[in-house]
This record gives sequence, C-alpha cells and structure tokens, in this order.
Amino acid sequence: MVDRVRRQLLAAAAAAAIAPIVRAQARELVDDAGRRVTVPAQSARIFAAGPPASVLVFAVAPDKLLGWTTPFRDAERPFVDAKYADLPTLGRLTGRGNTANVEVVLAAKPDLVVDYGSVTATFASLADRVQSQTGIPYVLLDGSFDRMAASIRVVGRLAGLDATAEGVARYAEETVAEVTRRVAAIPATSRPRVYYARGPNGLETGLAGSINVESLERVGAVNVAAELGRGGLVRVSLEQVLGWDPQVIVTTDPNFELAVRSDPLWQAVSAVRKGRVHLAPAVPFGWIDFPPSLNRLIGLRWLARVLYPDAFPEDLRSAVREFYGRFYHRVPDEAQLEMLLASARARS
Amino acid sequence: MIRRSGLAAAIVLVVLLLAVAAAFTVGRYPVALGDLLRLAWSSLTGGPSGVAPTVETVILGVRGPRVLAALAVGGALAAAGGAYQSLFRNPLVSPDLLGVSAGAAVGAVLGIFLSQTVVVIQLAAFAGGLLAVGLVYTVARLVRGHDPLLVLVLSGVVIGSLLGAVIALLKYLADPYNQLPAITFWLLGSLASIAPPDLAATLPAFAVGLILLWLARWRINVLAQGDEEARALGVNTGRVRAVVVVGATLVTASAVSISGIVGWIGLLVPHFARFLVGPDFSRLLPVSMVLGAAFLLCVDTIARTVARIEIPLGVLTAFVGTPLFLWQLAVARRSWL
Repeated sequence: MVDRVRRQLLAAAAAAAIAPIVRAQARELVDDAGRRVTVPAQSARIFAAGPPASVLVFAVAPDKLLGWTTPFRDAERPFVDAKYADLPTLGRLTGRGNTANVEVVLAAKPDLVVDYGSVTATFASLADRVQSQTGIPYVLLDGSFDRMAASIRVVGRLAGLDATAEGVARYAEETVAEVTRRVAAIPATSRPRVYYARGPNGLETGLAGSINVESLERVGAVNVAAELGRGGLVRVSLEQVLGWDPQVIVTTDPNFELAVRSDPLWQAVSAVRKGRVHLAPAVPFGWIDFPPSLNRLIGLRWLARVLYPDAFPEDLRSAVREFYGRFYHRVPDEAQLEMLLASARARS
Repeated sequence: MIRRSGLAAAIVLVVLLLAVAAAFTVGRYPVALGDLLRLAWSSLTGGPSGVAPTVETVILGVRGPRVLAALAVGGALAAAGGAYQSLFRNPLVSPDLLGVSAGAAVGAVLGIFLSQTVVVIQLAAFAGGLLAVGLVYTVARLVRGHDPLLVLVLSGVVIGSLLGAVIALLKYLADPYNQLPAITFWLLGSLASIAPPDLAATLPAFAVGLILLWLARWRINVLAQGDEEARALGVNTGRVRAVVVVGATLVTASAVSISGIVGWIGLLVPHFARFLVGPDFSRLLPVSMVLGAAFLLCVDTIARTVARIEIPLGVLTAFVGTPLFLWQLAVARRSWL
C-alpha cells in the first residue's frame, strides 16, 4: 500500500519534471473567439465538446477522438466503422447544457478540447471557465458555413494531420463552390418556394437566418417562412402553410413525412399533391441542419438535387460514397445508399 | 339574483357568439367574407359552395376545427377548475391540482422522446393524465388517519412535483436538436396543429366528463358546505368526490392531450363566473364553460393572428390572465362561496 503510494508520488514527480519539456514544445494559438490558447505541438487525445465538434474532429482526426457526446442509435451505427462507433459516450461539455461530468472528461486524459459552433462571448467565457478548471487547452472554432474549411485546417494543424485536413478542407471548399456556381446559373423564376418542416406535426420551421435553414439559403432556395422575419426555430399554423402553398417541402421528421401523404388537410398544399415532400437523411448525422457541422456538406448536394432536378440531374450515389468514405471513414453499401437516397427522387 | 344571473348568462352567450364570428373571419390565410358566408350557407343547406377548394380546406379543415377546439378546451378547463374549486373549497385550486397536467405532460414528452407519431403522443398524454390522477387518488386512499381532502391535495402536490422531475429528466436526456424544441413547444401549449380527427377522438371523453360533473352538480353544492354538513345531509362524500375527480380528470386530460399545457383558465375563469352568477354549481358550471370557451377562443385568435408566428397559448393566457385576475380581485367584494 505504502509502496504503491510512493510509486504514484514518484510518477507524479517525474511527470512534473517532464512537464516543462512538453510545454516547451507547446505553442500559442488564437482561436476564433480571439482567445489565446497554449496548445500542444501535436495533440494526441482530443475531446470534442459538442456534437458539431465531434463530427469535425471525427472527419479530420478520427483516431484522436476520445469519444462521442451521445451514443449512436441503432439506425446510425451501421454507417460508422465499429472501431469508432464503439468509442465511449462522454457527454457534452458546453453549449446547451452540460451532460459531461468534468471528472469523466479528465479521466479520458484529453490534451485538447475542441468546440465548434457559436463564438459569442457566452461560449468564449464558458471555454475560459472549463479551461481554467481543468487545465486542458480549450479551442473554440467558428462553426459558420463560410469558416468551415478554415476550421478543418485548424483541427488538422492541432492534430498534426495537416495533409489529411487539407484534403478534407479542399473537398469542402469545392463542394460549396460547385453548388454555389451551378445554383447561380438558375434563374430566380425557376427556384421553388420551399417550406422547411420540423417536429412531429411538421409545423415547426426556421425563420430567415436561422441555423436550420442555412443550407437552404446556401442553395438559393426561397424559404417561405423568411417573410416572417429573421430568427430561430418557430411554430406556425397549418393555415399559414396553406397560405404560403410551398412547391417543395423538406422535412427532417420521418413520422411527419409518412403522415403528410395521407393527411387530407395537407393535400391542399402543392408540394404534397405533387409528391415533392422530401425527408432529409439523418444517419449517421443529419443532412440539413443538425448538428451544424461538416455533415451539412452532403446535404447541400442533396438539396440541390431535390430542389433543381433539371440543373442537378446526376445520381448522388458516387457523391455520397465519396463523402461518407472521406468524412465518416466507411463507404456505405448499396442497400444503405438506396435507403439514404430514397427520398431524393420525387414521388408522384 | 336569478334575474341578474340570467342577464349575465345572456351577455356571456352574446360575447361568445361574437368571438366565434370574429375568429372565423381572421387568420393567416386570407379568406374573403363572401366566401365565408357562402361556405356557411352551403354547410347549412348541404349544397355546393362554389369557393376554391383550398379556401374550403382552410375554413372547414383548419380554422373551423381550431375554433371548435379552443371552445372545447377552454370550456373543459374552466368546468374542471370550477368543479375542483367547489369540491376542495379553495379558490386557489386549478384542474391540475391532482397532477393531471403533469401526468399528461410526462406522457406527451415520453412520446416525443421515443419519436412517436402525433396520435401516439396524444394518446400517451391522455393516458398519462389519467394514470397520474389514479396514482394520486390511490396513494390518498392508502394513507389513513388524516383529513381525506388534505391528504388528496398533498399527494397531488407531491406526485405532481415528482412528475415534474421526470419531465426535467426527459428534457435533459432528449436530443437537443430535434426532440427538445418539440418538447418545449408542447409544454407551452398550442392549438396550431388541431385537425378534425383530434376533435372526433376527444369528444367522447369530453362528453362523459361533463355529464358526470353535471349529474353531480347538487351534491357538489352540498359538499362545498363542508364534509360534516354534507354527511349530515346524507351525501356519500367519498363517492361524490370520486365522481367529480373522474369527470374533471377526463375533460382536462382530453383537453391537454390536444392542446398541450394551457394554464390559467381553470383557475381564473371560475372566479369570473362566480362573480357573475354566484357559487351555485348548477349555474356556475354552464357559465364557467361558456366563459372559458370564449376566453380561450379570444386568446387563441390573438395567438394565431397578432404576431407573424404562433404565440404559445401557455404564455399568452398568463399575460392576459394575470391583469384580469388582479382586476377581478380588486373589484370583487362578494364572498367566493
């Protein structure tokens, strides 16, 4: 007993002696919130603070990701390699409520915490608190669409995987650029008016500028709810939806997508009558809005295909294969592809 | 007294009819008054209306059911609140005293948490409300040696807060991106998604509950004088209480299952009704219902028209209800029983 304690003390002393050397290799980085953070020269154990950061770190440095914020559901698991899907669930550290126990986080021995998303003062101060409490460098990266490639490169530099990250970042830039370029050629009159339906009733929607409809806005869609103003996720009435009479409905709720086809009231909506209700794939990560991370890239291509079938006639299979292989490290098989892309084809 | 009650009832009815007419004419989908009248005429005569099918859907499928649901939910909550206030001889009592709203909320939140369909969520809410009150009632029956009324209220409070903790736990575990917003919207209450099947499904429970309360109206009056007096007059207090609890629970659980949590009505409206017609439950019940129906209809009409997005009912009833309640408190001199 005494021996063990002595050994541990010695080990601690040794660690303390080595610490300055490690610190000598460390360098300083200014994160997207303007915080100066001293980070290790090459991080080996990264804790992703929230779901968006998990997807980011998983895409760039999967072998350095310590765990997930929530466990994978049965439907999501087959799309991620077992080696990664079986990583422990450690919880969220910041953002919309903590579920992570700080001691559990420390027990996982991270040398870096990465958070990806909003970089407002609230999140910067949360990052400062966690960093000073745990002594682990906490880097906050900007999760907006425009900063996506930049954030990928930063994670690559932090993990010492610059070359991999460069490839991922290029892919992200090219995807956004290509979709933007081709959408720009579509005249305003050919752009359908889209209603984005969330929730079991399909009566939750995103206002202009909300993170929910960022992808829709990226592909130049006309969000019918934009006339209500700017904001976040809100509730509207069916009467309002009938008034808008959208030509396309994009939804994230499978129950709603199923119910709307037989619901007599929704038949008054053009999109429903014409079979243009599209359920966005959600495995292993959502394609449209949540989590707001790199997973939205493939959603851009999907949305373009769904909204402008004439301008984007190509089959999405190869794009999905490439994206899943590169970002989730597992290429889906034919049955999985079929399942993912079933809703992209218009039903009539 | 009788004359005053009659006048009050007539005024309240006229207000209700005006509110219904107003509710039909406004909404986010523009409908011409002529189309509305043509539709009303064809609904009465059964002939073809000649209006655009979408307009017909808006009025008969969306706005109409929503107006009816506002009337039903408002009336039901006010009736249940009035019954409980008389039964428990306490003006601070609302229909969720015995945990029906908390139980319904647990059911609905669980349904959302498990990604169920709307029908299952509504059924779970209804069942949750009944189960919660059943549990409260059973616990109260098992505890002996205290004032039965006090034990019933206490076990309602205790189990209600336990269910509140269950809701909090489910919210904590829910997927923050998809389920949490749906749960929050449900807990705030709304009639935005009412469709005809919701009305058809809840109507039987509304009817049974209200009939029970109506049949018990004289005994409720006797019970409101106190248990001792009621027993002296030969009333089986335990049985009457059970009937009232079952009736009030049925109507409240059905209301909450389609509207989500809508507070204030069950507490506020019976006070106004009592102010108008006095404490006699045989008058209080119908007047409460009509007032509650009119109140919720007005609030819901505001909720769906005044802002560009839907305003949650639970928020609006509190904002409208608090000043009304304080005003009524200031002017009412009448004793409440």
